[in-house]
Amino acid sequence: MNDIYLDNNATTKCDPLVVEAMLPFFTEQFGNPSSLHSFGNKVGLALKNARKSVQKLIGAEHDSEIIFTSCGSESDSTAIMSALKAQPNRTEIITTVVEHPAVLNLCEYLETEGYTIHKLKVDGKGNLDMDEYKSLLSDNVAIVSVMWANNETGTIFPVEEMAELADEAGVVFHTDAVQAVGKLPIDLENSAIHMLSISGHKLHAPKGVGVLYLKRGVRFRPLLRGGHQERGRRAGTENVASIVGLGVAAELALQNMEHENTVVKAMRDRLQEGILAAVPNAFVTGNPDNRLPNTANIAFEYIEGEAILLLMNKMGIAASSGSACTSGSLEPSHVMKAMGIPYTAAHGTVRFSLSRYNTMEEVERVIEAVPPIVAKLRKLSPYWGESGPVENPEQAFAPVYA
Amino acid sequence: MWDYSETVKEHFYNPKNAGAIEEANAVGDVGSISCGDALRLTLKVEPETEIILDAGFQTFGCGSAIASSSALTEMVKGKTLDEALKISNQDIADFLDGLPPEKMHCSVMGREALQAAVANYRGEEWVDDHEEGALVCKCFAIDEVMIRDTIRENNLSSVQDVTNYTKAGGGCSSCHEGIENILMEEMQARGETFMPGAIQKKKAKPAAQPLVTLETPEPAAAPAAGGMSAFQRYKKIEEVIEKVRPNLQADRGDCELLDIDGKNIYVSLVGACSGCQMAAMTVGGIQQKMIEALGEFVKIIPVDKAQYAAQLAQKQATASA
Repeated sequence: MNDIYLDNNATTKCDPLVVEAMLPFFTEQFGNPSSLHSFGNKVGLALKNARKSVQKLIGAEHDSEIIFTSCGSESDSTAIMSALKAQPNRTEIITTVVEHPAVLNLCEYLETEGYTIHKLKVDGKGNLDMDEYKSLLSDNVAIVSVMWANNETGTIFPVEEMAELADEAGVVFHTDAVQAVGKLPIDLENSAIHMLSISGHKLHAPKGVGVLYLKRGVRFRPLLRGGHQERGRRAGTENVASIVGLGVAAELALQNMEHENTVVKAMRDRLQEGILAAVPNAFVTGNPDNRLPNTANIAFEYIEGEAILLLMNKMGIAASSGSACTSGSLEPSHVMKAMGIPYTAAHGTVRFSLSRYNTMEEVERVIEAVPPIVAKLRKLSPYWGESGPVENPEQAFAPVYA
Repeated sequence: MWDYSETVKEHFYNPKNAGAIEEANAVGDVGSISCGDALRLTLKVEPETEIILDAGFQTFGCGSAIASSSALTEMVKGKTLDEALKISNQDIADFLDGLPPEKMHCSVMGREALQAAVANYRGEEWVDDHEEGALVCKCFAIDEVMIRDTIRENNLSSVQDVTNYTKAGGGCSSCHEGIENILMEEMQARGETFMPGAIQKKKAKPAAQPLVTLETPEPAAAPAAGGMSAFQRYKKIEEVIEKVRPNLQADRGDCELLDIDGKNIYVSLVGACSGCQMAAMTVGGIQQKMIEALGEFVKIIPVDKAQYAAQLAQKQATASA
């Protein structure tokens, strides 16, 4: 039996059509798009087409609003640093407590450089308080950077509405949309979003290519200076093959948008319902009514995520967890902490993220495999009794910190 | 994902002694729920002999936490309490054929559970001397409190110092920026400025040597670099080895100088160091110190002492034949 990949928010498989389109650019189409001769010219044309298909996927008004970068993190850094450099008199940034480290760690660094960072809090379902946001918008704010959809829970933020508010206040609005692009319809021409980050490998393109959307008219300062590539906004010879791959992936994403929101969503719903029906003391984290169609983040109380993943991996099922051990830190996921999920559940969260390559048959296999794994680990847990959690678990087991 | 040994996997997939012992008369609860690892160890101790008749564990934690718990219970069964207390966290890790450096804290938790259970049996109060602080070095689990205290006590002024005293920063080096920030604050507090360059200042280069030596000179005839006589150089090498030994001994290891052959310095690592995953790092550290002390490039080569002696004897035999 084939292994089952349910970790598509981490990365996705390259679509075979993407790979096929890329291959000539490693061999005969090796020219530098900046060159005048025919070797370069054809490659330049391929870049142009890729730019057009990304433009179409996100509904940008002009293809020149698409800047190719090396990854989502580079796009995020470029956006934030540009806003700071272009407006040196503005020293505040508004973001959220649940952003991806690509934004959060940069902001924490900028804080040590003297910038003021406002991190919007979230409630138990991961939703923002719009009044708090409104109260923070001012002439001191250089940029608002808020993710479109959360990578761990899939919870969607009202970025279009937030962008309108920022735009009215004269503040640049950036959104890290790496999880949303390809899964949610996006129409940037009719939105007030000024900048948006895309990561190729989240939508079946290869790793190492990203996009920064930059609305025409927004003042900009490049992060990488050098050659005139990308109209001087991102120096460095283009990663042609990957950009061509991203172009094809963007086309395919547009074709599959409906599939994503019907078939993939139905598989996700079945998976969630099947697991919750069979496993007691488990619940969905984030906002189940407003989230990505492919993501279900389930907390299994009183056990730890890495242990769950290892046993799932043994059964050929791949997912990820918000536990401390899998994040490589000693704290559970900052997203779970921000939502106030207790430690005994936060460490046991498992993120299932599907794609169009999954099948209902795989989903049924996972529904069968997960309950015994959870039961096995609970038998080892000091919080678990014969057939359920011990009474007053937090008092019954209160270890000395070691 | 982590590179777990087969033994770790076996103890995780099929843990031994899972669950609480029914007639337990010693219980140790340790761990931290915020960190995601906690363990309850239950022991049944025979009062007359203090022999551990049975042991059981309940663990909330990752694969290596469960494996360490399982290993611990296997190790203590049949031992007296005093014998059991001699088990170090390294012993638990060794029993499991090693743990990834980031997971060594799981073995520490096992040892502490044992201490807590014995204290519980003897009616003593077990106090953990661990001070809680933000974790800075994840490779060696060194927190901010520890780093600050060490900097203050010893007037440290470089990341290298901090690594030498605490091990923090000796692994993947991703925490060097964090250590520098702490140094900056601590040095400011004592009226100094922390202002290192981006790279180390170079020592004056020894007399130019060709990059490629076409004819390998006889080791004995190799000119001592850095203006040292062969004897001075030997003394220097010995001095560096002597300096690192207390550190290794603190970790129950040791290092012995075996031979010097031109740029190759043969040592034997013994005790906890040999076979330990940190051995490569230890060797790297000694090599760095040696290069700094000698002002020339040398290579530290760890060898098995007995094997090396045998090889040497063979070489001598062929040479004289």
